[in-house]
Amino acid sequence: MTKLTGAEIVIECLKREGVKHIFGYPGGVVLNIFDYLYQDKDIQLILTRHEQGAVHAADGYARSTGKPGVVLVTSGPGATNTVTGIATAYMDSVPLIVLTGQVPTALIGNDAFQEADIVGITRPCTKYNYLVKKTEDLARVIREAFYIASTGRPGPVLIDLPKDVTAGKADFIWPEEVKIRSYNPKYEGNKWMINQAAHEIARSKRPVIIAGGGIIISGASKELRELAEHNHIPVANTLMGLGGFPGTHKLFMGMLGMHGTYCANMAVQNSDLIIGLGIRFDDRVTGKVSTFAPHARIIHVDIDPTSIRKSVRVDIPVVGDLKRVLTVLNKILKEEIKGQWSEVRKAWLKQVEAWKAERPLSYEHSTEVIKPQYVVEKIYELTGGDAIVTTEVGQNQMWAAQFFKFDRPRTFITSGGLGTMGFGFPAAIGAQLAHPNKLVIDIAGDGSIQMNIQELATAVLNKLPVKVAILNNRYLGMVRQWQELFFGERYSHTYLDVAPDFVKVAEAYGAVGLRATKPSEVEPVLREAFKVKMPVFMDFIVDWKEKVFPMVPAGASIDEMIFGEEKKEKKLKVVK
Amino acid sequence: MRHTISLLVENKFGVLSRIAGLFSGRGYNIESLSVGETIDPSVSIMTIVTSGDDQIIEQITKQLNKLIDVIKVVDLTEFDHVEREMILLKVAPPKQEDKAEVLRLAEIFRGRVVDSSPLTYTIEITGDEKKIEAFIELMKPFRIKEIVRTGKIAIARERVKKASIKKSQEE
Repeated sequence: MTKLTGAEIVIECLKREGVKHIFGYPGGVVLNIFDYLYQDKDIQLILTRHEQGAVHAADGYARSTGKPGVVLVTSGPGATNTVTGIATAYMDSVPLIVLTGQVPTALIGNDAFQEADIVGITRPCTKYNYLVKKTEDLARVIREAFYIASTGRPGPVLIDLPKDVTAGKADFIWPEEVKIRSYNPKYEGNKWMINQAAHEIARSKRPVIIAGGGIIISGASKELRELAEHNHIPVANTLMGLGGFPGTHKLFMGMLGMHGTYCANMAVQNSDLIIGLGIRFDDRVTGKVSTFAPHARIIHVDIDPTSIRKSVRVDIPVVGDLKRVLTVLNKILKEEIKGQWSEVRKAWLKQVEAWKAERPLSYEHSTEVIKPQYVVEKIYELTGGDAIVTTEVGQNQMWAAQFFKFDRPRTFITSGGLGTMGFGFPAAIGAQLAHPNKLVIDIAGDGSIQMNIQELATAVLNKLPVKVAILNNRYLGMVRQWQELFFGERYSHTYLDVAPDFVKVAEAYGAVGLRATKPSEVEPVLREAFKVKMPVFMDFIVDWKEKVFPMVPAGASIDEMIFGEEKKEKKLKVVK
Repeated sequence: MRHTISLLVENKFGVLSRIAGLFSGRGYNIESLSVGETIDPSVSIMTIVTSGDDQIIEQITKQLNKLIDVIKVVDLTEFDHVEREMILLKVAPPKQEDKAEVLRLAEIFRGRVVDSSPLTYTIEITGDEKKIEAFIELMKPFRIKEIVRTGKIAIARERVKKASIKKSQEE
């Protein structure tokens, strides 16, 4: 058997895992791998302009395809620059393989040049991580890493590769099978529990489905739709779940939680049964936990047992893969328990419709200034919803979630758990690479876009025609909104006084820059941007006073929403 | 409430750090921890004493189970089990007649003198927490110079099946 170098083994393993693209940035100790990639034709390395950009791009690639994204960076600062991206992926359960270079094994612990204990640093924000000490361990470790990253509840796995390990030689032995005795994700839900859940659903008069990111990861959209339609149950999505259930469906109530719709929040608070599917019940969803869904029993299906009973009480826990659990659940509800669901749920669905009509998502239209919501609506209208939308974090993210109707899974890509500004643009680049023929749009803010603006070079160089719609309000809008509502209008450090001319920035990088200052210019700018086959920055000068509503103040129940038209909080009575 | 949790983990570098990191990162408390190899050298056993309400303990055991390197988690508090810890206690009795008293007490507690010098005795005591505490209390008047204490180790009692009791009674 011919011996291969560690670098060759790494690349050979990636090929066997079906990797076509790597996002990365070179440096001293990873030169062995980069050198080998130089001659390789099968794997394309996308050179970003910052390691954080590389991880977010791999993340966008992974979220839009479901396949693990791969990152390759050097040791020390290269590795530490990946941390925010890794933590982002970890919170949102995104499979990533992050390969970091490391100083030679003999120098580890020596405070060598560009040495950082990246395995120690990323221990709490990876699903697992490895420091490979021998060349002969490489193949097994990489195989395991892909397996761990993409099974169970997916997540990022980091592999630290000392220079001598990638330079050294070993026999290449590809492990056909992966067996890790201490890692056995559970996919099949407990039959008895699923049966209990089915009966609970059958008994319920006012059920609500809350579907999260798990629906998308598990590929269970069809099963979810079947559950909702067959049993006449209205559906709310979490931010991560958007696209998991059609946004245009009549049973869809929108997003719930802090910036959720009136209908979704009211339905949850008045329901007698919450069916939580692939969600974590995080604080942005539940609001005040003690008053969350006060009249409801709770069914919670998730593949991660730690998600269950972490924040809310659960009456029927089911640990398993959603697609499989829902398949069994649907079968029981269709074949074993027969009921006239349309009759039973008629009054409830009527109430839901009434809530929808009572306070739909809205904003004050203007012919003078551009309303940011209007831009999002126009994007939706012009694309017909056929686009992959990424977002940054803050108001832009919430408006995108509220005013774009996502009908298909993996078309809405956003940093939900960690809330990472600067995520959307590189994520769009990754998504565009995976879907060259799709329209990929980053809905951004002027604050967030400046956090990874250097990736314009990556987009231009690789001819990735992502469209960035900057909702430019010259403020860190979401923080400003909090300051206005809860901090006596003291706008501490949220005014972005000196901002670059985004049109000129785009042009300086060789991309296209467009600007709209009046509502009448929004549509022409969007049309122009969607037409050109190049990366485009669209600078929409929007109404800086605009806020995201409804809003549930931190620590309040989710039916205690502020709507914007009133200055003070308006408490809404819970309908019995 | 206090819980004694026993875990089987992969005997690899970094595992202790993952477990300690889990506790510190999530704000759980480790009251005592001890680690040792099992008969299978690739597996270590850890005994962790922690406290919290039912929800916290449930999260702790689930989170521990979720760690890739953790093979098995058992909350021994749910079972009948034996707990032991050990101390090495160095005492310097001020008076000559105290020396005899120290030795007598050590004997009562089934301790062993593992080192002696003209002025000190070092006594080894093994037992559950109460016994250890009681011994330390009794030694206080005799000028304790130093105490070194292990974490708790615990093991489940073998459950005697009803059938086998019956059988033995019949015999």
